[in-house]
Amino acid sequence: MNHLLNYTLQIADNALILGHRLSEWCGHGPILEQDIALTNLSLDLVGQARSLYQYAAKVEGHGRTEDDMAYLRDEMDFKNVLLVEQKNGDFGRTIVRQFLFDAYHLPFYEALQRSHDETLAAIAEKSLKEVTYHLRYSSEWMIRLGDGTEESHRRVQTALDELWRYTAELFQPSATDEAMLAEGIGVDLGAVKSRWESTVAEILRVATLQQPDSNWMQNGGKAGRHTEHLGYILAEMQYLQRVHPGAEW
Amino acid sequence: MADITALEAHFQNTIDQEIKIEPKDWMPDAYRKTLIRQISQHAHSEIVGMLPEGNWITRAPSLRRKVALLAKVQDEAGHGLYLYSACETLGVERNELVEQLHDGRAKYSSIFNYPTLTWADIGVIGWLVDGAAIMNQVPLCRCSYGPYARAMVRVCKEESFHQRQGYEILLTLSKGTEAQRRMLQDAVNRWWWPSLMMFGPNDADSPHTAQSMKWKIKRFTNDELRQKFVDVCVDQAKLLNVTLPDPDLKWNEERGHYDFGEINWDEFWQVVKGHGPCNKERIDTRRRAHEEGAWVREAAMAFAEKQARRRAEESSQVA
Repeated sequence: MNHLLNYTLQIADNALILGHRLSEWCGHGPILEQDIALTNLSLDLVGQARSLYQYAAKVEGHGRTEDDMAYLRDEMDFKNVLLVEQKNGDFGRTIVRQFLFDAYHLPFYEALQRSHDETLAAIAEKSLKEVTYHLRYSSEWMIRLGDGTEESHRRVQTALDELWRYTAELFQPSATDEAMLAEGIGVDLGAVKSRWESTVAEILRVATLQQPDSNWMQNGGKAGRHTEHLGYILAEMQYLQRVHPGAEW
Repeated sequence: MADITALEAHFQNTIDQEIKIEPKDWMPDAYRKTLIRQISQHAHSEIVGMLPEGNWITRAPSLRRKVALLAKVQDEAGHGLYLYSACETLGVERNELVEQLHDGRAKYSSIFNYPTLTWADIGVIGWLVDGAAIMNQVPLCRCSYGPYARAMVRVCKEESFHQRQGYEILLTLSKGTEAQRRMLQDAVNRWWWPSLMMFGPNDADSPHTAQSMKWKIKRFTNDELRQKFVDVCVDQAKLLNVTLPDPDLKWNEERGHYDFGEINWDEFWQVVKGHGPCNKERIDTRRRAHEEGAWVREAAMAFAEKQARRRAEESSQVA
């Protein structure tokens, strides 16, 4: 198994699938300013995915392109965590999903900056600026909605309870995660986890939200076993490339 | 009464000297009303215009196209924002304007009531719809009302970028597979006439044109701009190897312009009245986004109030 390729795809798939989900909001946001903000997050993430897929294609060395990676791999080849493929739901649910991921993404890229792989380190450094803003944005909205009205509190608490089961997977090392850590390329997920826990605890406290119990966790994304949602995302995203094989766009 | 006449004379004189009217200047009520109507319609068009193109964001055929389309639709949201701001300088709140859109009192460009059926539509919207919009909007950069003119400078810069992007999508399709070329021609067939309608009724049927030109809100008539648009598009269509769907389209040596066929004004008025293919979907979608966002806006307001109260309590404790 080419661990470097796999590792790069894991990071890229997270960015693309979450970016794709956020792009579904474009034109439908609750406030014009937030429509623009969610699209910014989406643009950042798809941009990160592009850099990572370009690198993955190079690492693989079969002459494939970023688009082959995004548009011509099947469901079981995608390595994103289950959290990022979950449906948008209402704005609150989107914010909770975003926050839970951002709180992981920031320390992840921080650590990846020190990777022995120069390309991954450079992508991490560039992405870190973006992700720092993402976490600030989603944290502020967690607080605003958590400590806003009774209704907003209820909505985010429900979303938090429902999405919580997808959080443990973020820190469960795959064989690739372990191999890459051993080579000084990958990130120590244990260290990322403790950063994540303290960020989440602090923001939930300020937002007056309850941290859910952690005894029912789902995983499988890194191994290509997804929730039912990913198939629909890919069906929609890949449709033109699949219907017109080899066409240029 | 004499005062009003003097004010009006001064106002018209300012305009004739090409000096911009600014929010705090005196202006006739009719001028203010015309501008509110026009700028808010324009803002609404940007916002509703996000929907037909947004329809293809999740299906964009490459990552580069996906990013470009996302950024483009986001630009439109931005245009909407600064046009609403320009409108607010005339004394109407954005909330009130949005309400007018949702309850049907305010109009938006009818072009957005047509569906985007294939990827080629995204290119054709860039080429023809943004192209027609630019024809309409470039003269608005010299509009007599300062905030509108300045907003339009920014809008036009971004629009011309969008137009090039759209045309480039079409060039790629034109060099592509048979299926892609078919998609391209079909999209041109569907969008050509609605694009010509974007310039509004013929001059003879456009009662507001004379006044708007006197106030220098408008600089050219609908028919002048439409002609200019047709003239430009013919060569661009040749480069794309597509046929514009008008058997009467031919060069007129004497006029130095292309002649073109009669626009289906019945269709135009039908769509304006709300009977186009997507009028209902577009407004329903906007309304839904607004209604489903109500709890978010309420929460943000409630939180801001709580914060202000907390700050006030803290500072009174310090004192």
